[in-house]
Amino acid sequence: MAKLNSYRTGPDETGHFGIFGGQFVAETLMPLILELDDAYEASKKDPEFAKELSGLLKHYVGRESPLYFAERLTEHYGGAKIYLKREDLNHTGAHKINNCMGQILLARRMGKKRIIAETGAGQHGVATATVAARFGLKCAIYMGETDIERQKPNVFRMKLLGAEVIPVKSGARTLKDAMNEALRDWVTNVEDTFYIIGTVAGPHPYPELVRDFQCVIGEETRRQVMAAEGRLPDTLLACIGGGSNAMGLFHPFLDDEGVEIIGVEAAGLGIDTNKHAASLNGGRPGVLHGNRTYLLQDDDGQILEAHSISAGLDYPGIGPEHSWLNDVGRVKYVNATDAEALEAFQLCCKLEGIIPALESAHALAYLETLAPGLPKDHIIVVNLSGRGDKDIFTVANALGVEL
Amino acid sequence: MSETRIDRRFKALKAEGRAAFVTYVMAGDPDYQSALAIVRGLPAAGADIIEVGLPFTDPMADGPAIQQAGLRALAGGMTLKKTLHLISEFREDDDDTPIVLMGYYNPIYSYGVDRFLSDATAAGVDGLIVVDLPSEEDRELCLPARAAGLNFIRLATPTTDDKRLPKVLANSSGFLYYVSIAGTTGAAAPSPRDVATALTRIRKTTDLPIAVGFGLRTGAQAAEIAKIADGAVVGTALVEQVALGSDNADAVKRVLGLAREISAGIRSVKKT
Repeated sequence: MAKLNSYRTGPDETGHFGIFGGQFVAETLMPLILELDDAYEASKKDPEFAKELSGLLKHYVGRESPLYFAERLTEHYGGAKIYLKREDLNHTGAHKINNCMGQILLARRMGKKRIIAETGAGQHGVATATVAARFGLKCAIYMGETDIERQKPNVFRMKLLGAEVIPVKSGARTLKDAMNEALRDWVTNVEDTFYIIGTVAGPHPYPELVRDFQCVIGEETRRQVMAAEGRLPDTLLACIGGGSNAMGLFHPFLDDEGVEIIGVEAAGLGIDTNKHAASLNGGRPGVLHGNRTYLLQDDDGQILEAHSISAGLDYPGIGPEHSWLNDVGRVKYVNATDAEALEAFQLCCKLEGIIPALESAHALAYLETLAPGLPKDHIIVVNLSGRGDKDIFTVANALGVEL
Repeated sequence: MSETRIDRRFKALKAEGRAAFVTYVMAGDPDYQSALAIVRGLPAAGADIIEVGLPFTDPMADGPAIQQAGLRALAGGMTLKKTLHLISEFREDDDDTPIVLMGYYNPIYSYGVDRFLSDATAAGVDGLIVVDLPSEEDRELCLPARAAGLNFIRLATPTTDDKRLPKVLANSSGFLYYVSIAGTTGAAAPSPRDVATALTRIRKTTDLPIAVGFGLRTGAQAAEIAKIADGAVVGTALVEQVALGSDNADAVKRVLGLAREISAGIRSVKKT
């Protein structure tokens, strides 16, 4: 493929990144999606919108989040210099709220009265319930029964925040099924409802607008690493389920040729088993949830269940822009297993005094492969996308500890 | 494009002075042979057009009944290839009843659009309804399907306003499927008055026959719709009979029994 002038111009006017993306939804939803696109384009041109959003990100979310030099992890691996972008320190404990804040401001502008969302780990559900509470809007969160079981603290948080948590009993009862059910709700409640999608996936304009709202991560990182080191980092590392924390970190650096960019998918029990969530490494292009992207699917085009110890990565697809970045070769996509993520989770707790989300632990896990062989002046920034308090039950269970 | 079985059927019904009874059943539910028996029995039970559901794991516009029907079919090993085979077996002794394949895009995309169109045409499919392909994605399948001589049937909904309607109609043919409520399949029944208002509005823009569906369960409801539309579509209520069957033979009997009852309702409405 010919080298591009810029990797940051997508999507095109039809919502595509190369062959990926698009608007594959039922006709009932099309007018709503077009309305959202118009509202989003208008908001981009309105300085008041940016001002309101940045005020809320600063005073309510607590941005900017620190770029922290992880001295002891750096020592441990004995190679590259490791920085952590501390999205875990945001209000609600993950990067998810960056996007929710942007989308709820759009919802308000569009006069919507009711918010719905899907959630896997519950981080996006909590962030959505939080902004809905903050702005006094009704909120319903769809969550698979399996995930409700493994993420009890987040379920209770959402309820405290006034959201209705609706258990999803179809399929494997995880994130994919929660998204199906949220779409069904939206098809039914078209008049008053705004759907806050939590990742860089779904029909256009969602992949674009979620990315834009998450780009604050990469933009801050750029400034912070320049201030700390006087230059850009050599490598960026982030975990990928749908891929919103990764896209937020990566996108502002896509045109910086010298910056190596690596996304880490969840390999579950291993890529060679059928229990993983690595859509790029173990899937092929298909159409689901409004976009064309890499999907885990069988020979007949039926969608397969994903598996990951991390509920937030347990999804058989990935944002379409990641699929495109994979195919054009700008971003390298690797993977980490459940066991590797668990190791990295514990290491980060012990060496840095930071309990990372199991999702983020997949990115940390790749340091083992990457960091030791690199020179000491090689700078790696890892997106610590969320904190791991929600995961202590899962981790205890995996380690055979009874709480 | 040249005249299809669907065009001929609507023309004949117009001459006969009644609305079409459009049925939906899921391929492979409860199993291949029983589904074939259902499809084979439907014309005699009064179906004028048969929509054959192509099972998919993630049917985002369908309610619980059709979701479960799809999962039952998949659990029994149903595939796109077998669905086309079922249709070709039906065609062996029925060359008149139009068959519309209805489903979601991914199984078709996975099969390969060109291969799909040639196999579907050979099997005797007349039209396609692909729920997650709005007019924005016409290049994917709609335009190639037209070129292959298949009707691409589009859904219009209560959210499809006058501004959008021409876009929805642009490359559609056969008939227009008016989804009478904003919601998933099998949800609440539509109000005939709202439907009548919508149809009057839509008919200003198109001469295509309009079939109305979503939420119709009984002969009486279908008869109400038959008064104002060119066709009434019943899906969920038929599919539910499969789940209620005590065994596969009973499932077939129940589906065809309900079809006869609804057909009688539609046939009771004489149109001038």
